This record gives sequence, structure tokens and C-alpha cells, in this order.
Amino acid sequence: MTKQKAVADLSFEEASSELEALVATLESEQKSLEESLALFERGQALIKRCTELLDKAELKVKQLTGEGTTDFEGE
Amino acid sequence: MSQIPLFETAPHWTVTELTRYLRQVLESDSSLQDVWVQGEISNFSRPSSGHLYFTLKDFNSSLRCVVWKNDAMHLHMTLENGMALEAHGAISVYEVGGQYQLYVDLIKPVGEGALYQEFLRQKALMEAEGLFDLSRKRPIPELPGRIGIITSPTGAALRDMLNTLRRRLPLAEVILAPSLVQGDEAPVRLVAALQNLNDQVNPDVILIARGGGSIEDLWAFNDERVVRAVAASKIPVISGVGHETDFTLTDFAADLRAPTPTAAAELATPITVDDLKYAVVQMRSTLLETTQSMLERQRVKLGTTDFGLRRFSPARRLQTDRQRVDELDHRIETSIRHRLELSILRTHAQDQRLNALNPLEVLRRGYAVVSRLKDEKLIDSVKLVKRGDDLRVRVVDGAFEVNVTRKTSG
Repeated sequence: MTKQKAVADLSFEEASSELEALVATLESEQKSLEESLALFERGQALIKRCTELLDKAELKVKQLTGEGTTDFEGE
Repeated sequence: MSQIPLFETAPHWTVTELTRYLRQVLESDSSLQDVWVQGEISNFSRPSSGHLYFTLKDFNSSLRCVVWKNDAMHLHMTLENGMALEAHGAISVYEVGGQYQLYVDLIKPVGEGALYQEFLRQKALMEAEGLFDLSRKRPIPELPGRIGIITSPTGAALRDMLNTLRRRLPLAEVILAPSLVQGDEAPVRLVAALQNLNDQVNPDVILIARGGGSIEDLWAFNDERVVRAVAASKIPVISGVGHETDFTLTDFAADLRAPTPTAAAELATPITVDDLKYAVVQMRSTLLETTQSMLERQRVKLGTTDFGLRRFSPARRLQTDRQRVDELDHRIETSIRHRLELSILRTHAQDQRLNALNPLEVLRRGYAVVSRLKDEKLIDSVKLVKRGDDLRVRVVDGAFEVNVTRKTSG
């Protein structure tokens, strides 16, 4: 397996799709105890990350200008 | 005086009688009782009675008009001087004033019919060209990370959409491509906004929206340039123009038509933050359950091995056969028994290790999991550590690091 990104750096999409894959692996594949424990710990961390991101999420609104995007404050 | 008899044969009427007669003549002509008249409003007045009075004029004539209060309540437009319209009603005479007038019951703006005909003509052309084919429709992503919005930056439509997105999917990022949404310049601006979102931002979905208005207000969304740009967009487009009852050609070209801007924001976010929270909770219990059952399965498997070894081992067979095969070498038997005992011991050791590794149950009882810090190798023997090694000790509520200072063999 390639070196995993630190959980704190993952976006919600990354964290949740990794979590999904991890759960599927645990369900379908025979893993050694050590591997299973590692997966379990990683899974716990991913769940925490997902929950944090969902609880803290705030809609970002930007505006397209001639040059690029700027924060939109005209509401 | 030869003229007198002639004069005397003519009817002698009072003003009232004549006026009433004229009224009867007009009212008995069915073609005057069901007429559409086109003209421009002047002298409009709305007294406290609730009835409406105005004059319809064209370039050289004028016609007095009345709308009774009951009919006035059902007009779908606000009247004002200078407005061109078509009025429907019946011609009769107001006897007090001696004036014929139109008693209006329906009104429609002039030109609506013409605009609608143009709409149908263009729709038929583009339909024939295949611009609205269902096979062209792209699927709307279920969980957009980035949502492009094309609308007026100051309109209520934008506020409604942002509020809806904030409530349903605050994880998303919105990129607003501001545009005029009515007037002659609006089509060019709308097309540019679509192209900019496609080329520069590449969002997962685009909402093109405008609040309600008259058919003229929404007309930019029937402009052929806009309709073609929507159909050509690489990114799926959801339209939300006007109200429930308004249909524009942009709606037909879009991948999904929403009845309002708010509904467009809802259709863009089929999965909400609440759904995601629920899914995480679900995955959490699956993770716990699979880990637990995996550990349980391994424990059962080890137990079965243990049982099988005891029951079907060569040692047992040797024991039962010993009386008939008494020439069997005693040394072989002890050797096999020894090996068997070793494997039973090993099985038990693995079983215990399994228990110690169960993160859910056993850590809670005060056991700890020790791993080497540098490579996360699980430590289940003193042979795996040497002095100076940094180890990580995981207990039920967290972990800490230790350094090996001494080791003893058990």
C-alpha cells in the first residue's frame, strides 16, 4: 500500500471514500490480526475526521471576475 | 306646410326613451356582446367603489370602458395609463351620460400572443434539431463539491439558492458567475457566464436561475444563443427560471428543469449533510461489527483447530491401536505426543494473543497493545525489542510512548 496521507489533511470526499473502501476490505478479506487492528484504528480516525468536517462545514461562496475568483460578499 | 304631416309621422321620444332604445339595439346585436378591442389606456381611474374606469384609444378614436369590481378582482395585470392592451366585454349604453361604453370582463396585454407564437415556433425548430432530446441529458452528480451559479448577484433568486445550499450541503463550494438576467444584453452575458464556468472553473454542476417575472422579463432565457449554450455545456445544467408555471426554452435544453431557483438548489443536492452524517454513523457501526466478528471468527477457528487436533490426532489413534500394534516403537509415540502438545500450547498462546488484541473488549479491562514506534510492528515477544527501542503503548482511552531500558525473558 502506498504511504497514506495524514487523516487531518483529508477532504471529506477523500476521508469518506477511504473509509468506505476500508470497511469493504474488512468485510470481504481475510487479514492478519495486526493488519485488522491497523485498519480498525485508521477507520476510527477517518470517522472522527468525517464527523468533524460535517459538523464544521460552512458554505464557501466565491465570485467569478475577469481575472479569477474572489470571495463573494454581496449577499 | 307640406312637411308637417311627414314630421308628425316621426316618433316623439323623450331622451330617456331614445337612450333606452339605443341601448336595446346595441344589446340585441350579439356581435357587440362578445368583442375584443385593442387600444391604449388613458384617463384611468379607480374610485373607492372598486370599479375601474378608463378610455381605450387608438390613433383617432376612443372608447369608454368600465370594469366592475367583481371582474376587476380577477384581472391578472395592473392597469395604468399608456398601457396597450386587448379588452374583452360587451357594448352597452350608460343611460345617465348617454354614452355607449365597453363593459370589460377580461384583459390581456397586447403582444403576449405574438411572443407566445414566437416561443412555439423556436421551440419546434430546436426540438426538430434534437437540442431537447432526452438522450442528450447528462446525469446530475449526487454529491457536487463545486456548484456554479449563473444569476443576478443582487436578486432574491441568489439569496434563496445560497440559503438552500447552506442548509442542505454546506460542504460545497459555490462559484457565482454574475449575469444580467433580463434586457437586450442579458443573452450575451448569460452565454459568457456559461462559457467562463465551463472553461475556468469546471464545477460539478451549474445552476442557471432567475426569479419570477412577466414573459418579457424571462425572455432572455428563450434566446437562441442562451439555449444553444446551455445545450452545449460540458457540465450538467439545472435551470430554475421564474415560477412553477413558467417554461422557457432554456428549461427544455437544460439537463434538469427545476420549477424555481430554490428547487434548482434542492435538485443540485440530492444528498444532504444529514444523509452524510447518517452514512458515517452507519459505517462506524459496520467497522465495529466487522472488527468484532473478525476477532470472534479467528477465536472460533483456533478453538476448532484445538478440538480437531485432540480428536483426530495420530496420538489418539496410536493409543486405541496400541493393544493390537504392540510392536510400535514407544519412542515414536512420545515424539508425536510431544509435537501435539506443542501445537496445543501454541494454539492457546494465539488465542490469548487474539484476546489481547481485541481493541474493543480487552483494552477496557486494562490490557495494552504495544507496538514499535518506527514501523508499527506489534510486539508480542521480548525477542522483538532491544534496549533503547521506542515503543507505543495503546490503552483503552489513548496511547503513550515508552523507551525500553531493560528486558527480561519470561
